[in-house]
Amino acid sequence: MTGRNLWARAYGAPWWHLLVLALGFLVAGYAATRVVDAGIWVGFVVWFVGAVILHDLVLFPLYSAADLAARSSLSHTPHRGRPAARRRPRPTGRRPAPLNYLRVPTAFSGLLLLVWFPLILHGAEPNYRAAVGLSTIPYLNRWILVSLALFAASALLYVLRRLAAGWVGR
Amino acid sequence: MPDTSRGRDREVKPGRKGRLAARLKGWGGPPGPFRPEFWRSPLRGPWLTSVLGLVLLAGITLVAITGLVSYAAYEPRLPGNDTTPGRGLLGFYLFDWPTDPVWLYRLTQGVHVVGGLTLVPILLAKLWSVIPKLFSWPPARSVAQAVERASLLLLVGGAVFQFVTGILNIQLFYVFPFSFYPAHFYGAWIFLAAFAVHVVIKLPGVVHTLRTYGLRDHLRSSVADTRPEPPDPGGLVAADPAPPTMSRRGLLAFAGGGSLVMFGLSAGQCVDGPLRRTALLAPHGRHYGTGPNDFQVNKTAASLGVTPDLTGDSWRLTLVGPHRSELSRVDLLAMPLHTYALPIACVEGWSTVQTWTGVRLADLARLAGIRTGQAGVTARSLQRGGYFGQASLSAAQVADPRSLLALRVNGADLSLDHGYPARVIVPNAPGVHNTKWVRELDFGQERS
Repeated sequence: MTGRNLWARAYGAPWWHLLVLALGFLVAGYAATRVVDAGIWVGFVVWFVGAVILHDLVLFPLYSAADLAARSSLSHTPHRGRPAARRRPRPTGRRPAPLNYLRVPTAFSGLLLLVWFPLILHGAEPNYRAAVGLSTIPYLNRWILVSLALFAASALLYVLRRLAAGWVGR
Repeated sequence: MPDTSRGRDREVKPGRKGRLAARLKGWGGPPGPFRPEFWRSPLRGPWLTSVLGLVLLAGITLVAITGLVSYAAYEPRLPGNDTTPGRGLLGFYLFDWPTDPVWLYRLTQGVHVVGGLTLVPILLAKLWSVIPKLFSWPPARSVAQAVERASLLLLVGGAVFQFVTGILNIQLFYVFPFSFYPAHFYGAWIFLAAFAVHVVIKLPGVVHTLRTYGLRDHLRSSVADTRPEPPDPGGLVAADPAPPTMSRRGLLAFAGGGSLVMFGLSAGQCVDGPLRRTALLAPHGRHYGTGPNDFQVNKTAASLGVTPDLTGDSWRLTLVGPHRSELSRVDLLAMPLHTYALPIACVEGWSTVQTWTGVRLADLARLAGIRTGQAGVTARSLQRGGYFGQASLSAAQVADPRSLLALRVNGADLSLDHGYPARVIVPNAPGVHNTKWVRELDFGQERS
């Protein structure tokens, strides 16, 4: 058995894989020693690990659960209690499903809140007023108006597509 | 593709280790997200992850380079400019920051901040596309995989850490238990190390995937035609896919649309004119009115203890050099005055061009007994506390004829919040190097 095969069996990847990772850990490790030197390592580690937890175990489950709830509620309500015979048969591929017209503006509005919540919810007010000389108060209204515009645009698009699909189906 | 891990396990000699491995395999791992059937999106797969990965590769490279450029723009080798503690080898000197083109820092820092904001939805989409791997069971099938997964903690932690600290900092929401500068600076090196490793390891596979499947087929298919990608060894493709509710084209448009929303509502803070009003959700695209001093303020006088009694008739500018002297504002106004339209561009991403009038720094250097181009200057402010109460400029920056100790802006006296009685304005310098409320110009500093 060649050395290369032996290495691949023991390690699970080519030699350069380990070399690249080792170099990466070297640079990251050196930067970590600077963090210790700067005397901020406790808060730094908490925020660094917290960042992973915040995304993977809080943000992701939250938006997935919200999406799942929206999907199940939208996929059940239109069919329930409505006899199939009354519905005009239409080419199914053409009729737009309402889900994405709700999903997209909700996600964009949520994204804006996620990024700008210190301004929108006035968390940054004391520092902001001291630095900029203005208040963060207008941001809440701006976010609400932008969100309304997103939902309105999405609803308009949905109605237009639905009408277009209706004409095609007729 | 053969499952190599299974073949290896079969060769393990029977014994305690073998029995344990067999039992673990029979167990199938913890329930819920640790089971492959849990992940049902038919869109996940190497193709989607490769496309998002390539977009991030381009975007993060741009944001990383502009970030490093911003570090160089601070002229870290000059006295007092880089107070990052313990920077060691990472505090390396890159190049003398030029005064031309005057819009360079405006551009690079705008790209850094607005580019970062624009990448948020792409980063979230990329993390969504690979999240099943976080829960893959067993956690590692080989030593190589274990080492690589450790580096992914640095990659994901570093990415989210950098985006979160940057985004909170531009909103002045200082909730982190550390100073922003060292944390974002060292966090960048940790993240970029992990990012470079990830690119080197993954890029061959990305190229292979995109060469095999191309862009067109997946981009053309509608929701009804959307099928899961062929099963992949990495386990991204769902084992039990749900029916699609969105096409791949739709998902990419979704993420790209999110980027467009982020960009469209913040990029206005980097431009002047009517487009500035589009910066509805950006911290520094605000309007103050229509007067000559009604442009973005970054630090008010009141917040830094600069009061009108300090800046009144008793104010004197001290010139330190071979000839020490003190000048009143009347003395300065009696000197040759020059007017230039120059941008002021903040590290927080916003910028604006205003028309500044004042005395050339080169003239003040001569008055202090310095020949043009022979020495830089350290400008010290009246401000009490806060960062950048002083900033050092290079000899080349002082020598540029457009570098001014500004007394007026847009034809009017500077307002107190814009640095009355006098502030520095240097072409292409980062905003914080345009020291406000200057009390002393020290031409006698050695390079550190």
